[in-house]
Amino acid sequence: MSAVPAFSQTLRRHQLDLARGQTSVLQVNVGLLCNQACRHCHLEAGPARPEVMDAATMEQVLAYARRGRFQMLDITGGAPELNPNLELLLEGACALLPRVILRANLTALASDQHRGLIPVLAKNKVVITGSFPSLNAQQAEAQRGPGVFERSLECLGLLNQAGYGQPGSGLELDLVVNPAGAFQAPEQAATAKRFRQALASRWGLSFNQLHVFANVPLGRFKTWLLASEGYEPYVRRLAEGFNPCALAGVMCRGLVSVAWDGYLHDCDFNQAAGLPLGGRRTHISEMEGPPPQGQPIAVGEHCYTCAAGAGFT
Amino acid sequence: MSTYYDPQDLPRFAEIGQQAPELAQKFFDYYGAVFAEGELSAREKSLIALAVAHALQCPYCIDAYTQACLDKGSNLAEMTEALHVACAIRGGAALVHGVQMRKQAQKLSL
Repeated sequence: MSAVPAFSQTLRRHQLDLARGQTSVLQVNVGLLCNQACRHCHLEAGPARPEVMDAATMEQVLAYARRGRFQMLDITGGAPELNPNLELLLEGACALLPRVILRANLTALASDQHRGLIPVLAKNKVVITGSFPSLNAQQAEAQRGPGVFERSLECLGLLNQAGYGQPGSGLELDLVVNPAGAFQAPEQAATAKRFRQALASRWGLSFNQLHVFANVPLGRFKTWLLASEGYEPYVRRLAEGFNPCALAGVMCRGLVSVAWDGYLHDCDFNQAAGLPLGGRRTHISEMEGPPPQGQPIAVGEHCYTCAAGAGFT
Repeated sequence: MSTYYDPQDLPRFAEIGQQAPELAQKFFDYYGAVFAEGELSAREKSLIALAVAHALQCPYCIDAYTQACLDKGSNLAEMTEALHVACAIRGGAALVHGVQMRKQAQKLSL
């Protein structure tokens, strides 16, 4: 069996370039500290990680959001709730941008220490995107750790009580499903329908949208794939699913990703892979505005994840 | 490899068309249509296929439909329940023939 071709080679074979369109989304990784150590995490976030964005860098993020006239701020981690300065970023961002998203793992937010953040999020109409990989506790916890399933359900209950995911509240609660292993992401519309029915009938819970994302072969997931001799077959399946049409909608064309230390990447996956924006290490304070249209996007083997099937948003 | 079943044979399934391409094409077209979304979802059809694969004890099909079920969002609990459906029907089919056994035994017995 021949080797999987490099992603750049596949682009050339299809006579395609991967370059930036208009960049309107600023994604901020506020740190790799997390209360969980999920086995699919491309950033290898966890309780022992010291990398946390400081208040000065957050101020630089807000200043960049202002001068770059971004339309959306997408806050991710680690568990962003564990950053002690998160409220500073949230309040500042909500005053500046039409849409602010917080990617939550649904356990940090439900903890006694952080559940006080829920009214702050609601007041500012922050969109919450929560990880909820499976309706099956065993499968969810195989990915995310013991006890996570029950605590995630508890968090969804708290968010529903605060108005999130309820019709007419204007408070958006979205779920993210990642496969709990070396298999493909299921079809999104059918999965959303199934999760909506099951969450309502079994637990009386509701949400707005559900997004299905494939696992990216980087970080802890890559380590597991290599150890289980599944790396090559997994990447091969992704490569066989290469869809030239999916490239038009990949997130890196319209997003710039800021790492915890203020350095920039084309996306969160390139951050994990150590690929800097524009081919050189650039700090957020050096940027006058969004990266220019047409700027080439750094690619690697992991890019097959977003270019397979219907793509990745 | 000197066994009857080789996992590397599964990706070679299409070679079966070499001596009868038209028949193979009809079969593969039909196969694809059967597993498309319909009144049953593709996920449900994969669970049925997994159960049938166990009833037929086809190792190629077990591998293929384990992967397909996971790809389509099923979990191990659902897949195990599907397997018990196959087991119940196979077991029930054996046991229900006991009626014939009993009738025959009664006929032959004093």
